[in-house]
Amino acid sequence: MVRVTTVDDVTVIATESLSKRFPRVTALDRLSLDVGAGVTGLVGANGAGKSTMIKILLGLSPASEGRAEVLGLDVATKGAAIRERVGYMPEHDCLPPDVSATEFVVHMARMSGLPPTAARERTADTLRHVGLYEERYRPIGGYSTGMKQRVKLAQALVHDPQLVFLDEPTNGLDPVGRDDMLGLIRRIYTDFGISVLVTSHLLGELERTCDHVVVIDGGKLLRSSSTTDFTQTTTTLAVEVTDTDEHPDGTRAVREVLHARGVEVLDSQSGLPGAGRILLLTAQGEETYDLVRDVVADLGLGLVRMEQRRHHISEVFTNEDEQRKEAVSHGS
Amino acid sequence: MAVENPAAPSGDQTRIHNIGYRTYDGPRLGRSYATRSLYSQSLRGAYGLGRSVKSKVLPMLLFVVMCVPAAIMVAVAVATKANDLPVDYTRYAIIMQAVISLYVASQAPQSVSRDLRFKTVPLYFSRPIETADYVRAKYAALATAMFVLTAAPLIVLYVGALLAKLDFADQTKGFGQGLVSVALLSLLFAGIGLVIASITPRRGFGIAAVIAVLTISYGAVSTVQAIADAQGSSGAIPWIGLFSPVTLIDGLQSAFLGASSAFPGAVGPSNGEGVVYVLAVLGLIAASYGLLMRRYKKVGL
Repeated sequence: MVRVTTVDDVTVIATESLSKRFPRVTALDRLSLDVGAGVTGLVGANGAGKSTMIKILLGLSPASEGRAEVLGLDVATKGAAIRERVGYMPEHDCLPPDVSATEFVVHMARMSGLPPTAARERTADTLRHVGLYEERYRPIGGYSTGMKQRVKLAQALVHDPQLVFLDEPTNGLDPVGRDDMLGLIRRIYTDFGISVLVTSHLLGELERTCDHVVVIDGGKLLRSSSTTDFTQTTTTLAVEVTDTDEHPDGTRAVREVLHARGVEVLDSQSGLPGAGRILLLTAQGEETYDLVRDVVADLGLGLVRMEQRRHHISEVFTNEDEQRKEAVSHGS
Repeated sequence: MAVENPAAPSGDQTRIHNIGYRTYDGPRLGRSYATRSLYSQSLRGAYGLGRSVKSKVLPMLLFVVMCVPAAIMVAVAVATKANDLPVDYTRYAIIMQAVISLYVASQAPQSVSRDLRFKTVPLYFSRPIETADYVRAKYAALATAMFVLTAAPLIVLYVGALLAKLDFADQTKGFGQGLVSVALLSLLFAGIGLVIASITPRRGFGIAAVIAVLTISYGAVSTVQAIADAQGSSGAIPWIGLFSPVTLIDGLQSAFLGASSAFPGAVGPSNGEGVVYVLAVLGLIAASYGLLMRRYKKVGL
């Protein structure tokens, strides 16, 4: 299903010390990025420069400095060609209430250059893919927020772009709607073969959805790496064991043996319920699991649990944020 | 083709997976096609086509109101075997100016304020078309819609005149002059209407503002002209006429299109003064276009 053109090594978005300065603020500050195919999250607080970035990438706003390419086309000179191959879902409401979803999306398909018949066919297909059925013939004014978001997504996908920019697509949705939308975003790449650049100020969302996350703040690049880098560079194992008469404190016994075998045992998280009873250790690979199993068995203890603890992007972000703040305070 | 996702959630979602995604490899017709599509959509919208029944009522009603007097005149001319139509082709739009003003006041905001109010404009500009394409499409669509409104009764008159076996050459000349006049009127009114409407996202304000500018200026100019006429300073009348769109068209066609002026005392501008009228009309049309371009440069995304 995935198109041949969207193999992993293709660069979809590339920027080189991209800057955008307004008279009062610097929205983007020498941002260099290299984004491949897949679902990429652009994370930052409000005002971090996400929307400015999308405007520049659509060729609608000239950069003050630096250059950017989308699908191999220079944004400064090939804006129209980029906009023909790219879809855009704005953050704000953008739907007229007095027309039906079908009419609106057909019109938008034609505005992207699709001939009338193709526009109608693609509209029917796309609305079905985003999960709008009978209601698509009713005026948009009567739709729920979730349905409106789907129409907004449909108009961004109707011309079968190679890349879509989704600006805060989960804004205003309830938890269920949020999950549906995130699932839909994931499918845009896995099922439709369309690369996605999705912005959000919520980090947890992107962990599940994105292949790659770019964190910007104050127009500066904080971090750009794949979500596996973010969350799986080190695997932390959480181990909990039972106590026996022989070893009244099983946790301590295991810790001592493991330490003797050269496994790094971290301080258990204090403050969490039952934290004292959980051993956190850094897994070097398969053998660590075997080792833990053998050690626990040799001591005659019961193994209650052994599970992977994943780092959350939010932790990474918080750390980065703290580091940055420290850097700033050192600087001042 | 379709890939079944084993982890698909239950319910409606599952069906989506079964259908499968089809890519589009057909033609992409680009900027000029998109501009033409926007033009035709806006033109249809100006008569409520492709919109709700409610939005068809007013434009259609005004269209009928424009044409009925022409039909009555034709009927009278045919029945009485008159040797001329009761009203000149060029004069018709001036008589019906209130209806035309009402039409532009209702449809200009419909055309542009909605896109601003519902923030649809960014969706257009995230596609291949540029600011200029959008402005041109909207301007051309409203001007065409107004031309349809103002030219339709002229066609009724012309066909009727031919049926009544009035002089062919004479009628054709008058008809041609009438068409030129209403074409200029359409461009001028559409320009003014769109500029005013594009300032506000509120449709109500747009309607009120357009009506105010068109009818108040006409009322004021006519009154001042009448006062000037009563005080015997008829030389000032043509110059005063420069200050309202309706009298601009009136003056222009009196000077160059063989129309009899509706100015007090029927004194239209002389040819020299007429040139000023032409420049004023063309200047206003160009200024409207320029202002719209400036306005939409700012709206952007």
